[in-house]
Amino acid sequence: MSNPLSPKARMQIPRQAMPEQEAAERSHNFEEVNLGLDDAIARQEALRCLQCTSQHCFNGCPVGVKVREFIDLVVEGDYLAAAAKIREDNVLPAITGRVCPQEEQCEGRCVLAKKGEPVAVGYLERFVADYERTHGQVGLPPRAAPTGRKVAIIGSGPAGLSAAGDLVQKGHEVVVMEALHEIGGVLVYGIPQFRLPKEIVRQEVDNMRKMGVEFRTNVVVGKSVTVDELMNEEGYHAVFVATGAGLPIFLNIPGEHLCGVYSANEFLTRVNLMKAYREDHDQPVFDCRGKDVVVVGGGNTALDAVRTSLRIGARTASILYRRSAAEMPARAEEVKHAREEGVQMLMLTNPVEFIDDGKGWLDGVRCQKMELGEPDASGRRRPMPVAGSEFVVPASMAIIAVGNRGNPLVQATTPDLATNKKGYITADDDTLKTSKRGVFAGGDIVTGGATVILAMGAGRKAARAIHHFLETGEW
Amino acid sequence: MYKITEARFLAPQVKRFRITAPDIARRRKAGQFVILRVQEGGERIPLTIADSDPGEGTITLIVQGVGKTTRMLNQKEAGDAILDLVGPLGKPSDIEPYGTAVVIGGGLGTAIAYPTAKALKQAGNHVISIIGGRSREFVILEDEMRAISDEVFVTTDDGSYAEKGFVTDRLNALIEGGRKLDFVLAIGPIPMMRAVAEVTRPHGIHTVVSLNPIMVDGTGMCGGCRVLVGGESQFACVDGPEFDAHQVDFRTLSTRNAMYREREKASLDAFEDHECKMMKMAEAAEKGAGV
Ligand SMILES: Cc1cc2nc3c(=O)[nH]c(=O)nc-3n(C[C@H](O)[C@H](O)[C@H](O)COP(=O)(O)OP(=O)(O)OC[C@H]3O[C@@H](n4cnc5c(N)ncnc54)[C@H](O)[C@@H]3O)c2cc1C
Ligand code: FES
Repeated sequence: MSNPLSPKARMQIPRQAMPEQEAAERSHNFEEVNLGLDDAIARQEALRCLQCTSQHCFNGCPVGVKVREFIDLVVEGDYLAAAAKIREDNVLPAITGRVCPQEEQCEGRCVLAKKGEPVAVGYLERFVADYERTHGQVGLPPRAAPTGRKVAIIGSGPAGLSAAGDLVQKGHEVVVMEALHEIGGVLVYGIPQFRLPKEIVRQEVDNMRKMGVEFRTNVVVGKSVTVDELMNEEGYHAVFVATGAGLPIFLNIPGEHLCGVYSANEFLTRVNLMKAYREDHDQPVFDCRGKDVVVVGGGNTALDAVRTSLRIGARTASILYRRSAAEMPARAEEVKHAREEGVQMLMLTNPVEFIDDGKGWLDGVRCQKMELGEPDASGRRRPMPVAGSEFVVPASMAIIAVGNRGNPLVQATTPDLATNKKGYITADDDTLKTSKRGVFAGGDIVTGGATVILAMGAGRKAARAIHHFLETGEW
Repeated sequence: MYKITEARFLAPQVKRFRITAPDIARRRKAGQFVILRVQEGGERIPLTIADSDPGEGTITLIVQGVGKTTRMLNQKEAGDAILDLVGPLGKPSDIEPYGTAVVIGGGLGTAIAYPTAKALKQAGNHVISIIGGRSREFVILEDEMRAISDEVFVTTDDGSYAEKGFVTDRLNALIEGGRKLDFVLAIGPIPMMRAVAEVTRPHGIHTVVSLNPIMVDGTGMCGGCRVLVGGESQFACVDGPEFDAHQVDFRTLSTRNAMYREREKASLDAFEDHECKMMKMAEAAEKGAGV
């Protein structure tokens, strides 16, 4: 342990703030909101860690990052070693440091959180990962001798990427197939630039390429090729399905087909993947400059959409959420940032109709007020409509961000792949084996929309099980 | 990159391309499409696969230059390449031995209808093709359609070629003449498809149209391509693109398709302006060089 301070002294250091772009300025650009810590702040923050033996932080991490150990290395000033320590369990630290819901995981469990504020584990993770990136010293792990075994990974989101990284290290031949023209899944088409710069994703992908992973874009498994063909004709010994939860749910209320009504997936894809906001890109998106925008939903996707609409010029941008702020599933930091940027939060508000301007364009959203009743299956109090409470929110663009179902393309062409009634693939909790021999599945396509880190965790688990299967042939 | 092996104009602004894409060529079935991106920064657009040659490993696309992307594509020549190409997407056409099948193509729609007409013929149907265009130069693929149809009728709106009138006039004439029609496929501009649906509806003739909503991914991920069919939302890229004509809400489709018209016009204008300048520069250069 290298921390020179007494526990008492450590507890007197306040949690260090993340330097940010000013809200008024950042709400008009796509630059990253959080600017990152510098050395001095990072060391100061790391000094707050009590290095407790209970290690609740470690237990709170879905992939088991050795938080205490990496923070100790930050105290020592050995940032590269700290990054390497994280990489033992998490191959995408620059990404998770930015997008993990730390308040529910490591930081939520931190002893300091009980009395005051937890150690800013996420900020520190980001700091060391960025340090490693900018110092060009990412230590690529060595690759085992070729095994002659071939694995196909379907989908290049965090689940697919982390499985690919692990499997290639074991000496297997790994091919990642992606439906879109860019690699990264939600990391490139969903999460916006101002929260996760795409250069970071690209760099991680490049690292994997250097490690020997082959990426094939423009391949829609189920259409371009089927799982059976991959295994029977193209010589793959195992397949990992990591296709995400990409089938948007709509509200099924009148007016959903009006011009100006989008799913969040479509809106974010147009802006993030296709860069509709840039003059030098051709894909269009609704021109909301000077107009009112509403977003339906309370998760990360809803917040990303609403903050994106401000950045492309919305006059007002509001969240409509049918429960109360306490139930919003979004990361706490995103909610805070959104409020600072001027996003209005209309809580306990449920849309019932998209109003037509008479020409087929959206003119407003009729809503009803809700109140919270008894807890429902999710354990959250069920929102109930308040009679006679209807009102209209003016809007020229509405974005629906109320979740996704599993994309059925792979399942539909692989009849022996069992799914549940929501259309997600059924896989064993520990081995991620599906009902079909040699086929594994993980990430959002198994769990439904979850988080980057859980998807990565699934990728790791799958890699372990796939490796075992390839070595032993045991199913 | 996907290489163009052949490129030829069939009509003003309508160009046929053969592109190397062996995996797509091998698998594609009539009625399916691809999504492509011409170059970095370009948009993703869907195009129906008009034909394929699995032996040669090529697919045929027929492109009408209506917006910036299709104009840009139409400037490509054999030897050039396209950045991204994905497919085959969408459900294949339902090909059955219906009996007498009428295939109606309006303008570019003929190119989209051609592969299905061919498949219908191969399935043993008596195929009647009705192909139309605004005027003579917009009637495309007549020879190809003749080669795979039992009967072919051609109409032009202005009478500059073949019969004067609309494809629906010819369809009406067939029905009124007592021909028993078992199946109609209509592909073309939305008003045309809608008109065909109204002609066949009272006669209860099973009628299918191929819809062309705006798409992004083509995999069901965005829902931008949703169309109203029988009052229900369907994603044309995965549930279609072919639907029962009598169930389709054409009005909503045509409003949604106009969603980016202004923006498209602006980028097309900018593109044409650029083309125009390039042309002038080229002319000036030629003059300067005394050519
Ligand atoms: C806008 C938005 C913001 C989010 N913010 C956060 C956040 O802040 N923190 C957090 O932890 N989580 C966040 N999430 C959730 C997180 O991104 C997902 O849980 C995670 O990306 C799931 O990873 P995955 O690998 O399972 O799937 P995905 O990332 O969805 O990747 C699946 C990939 O598979 C491809 N694919 C699908 N079908 C096929 C096919 N048939 N053939 C080939 N390829 C196919 C898709 O194109 C896609 O690229 C957010 C999600 C969204 C949409
Ligand atoms: S094009 Fe995105 S769902 Fe059909």
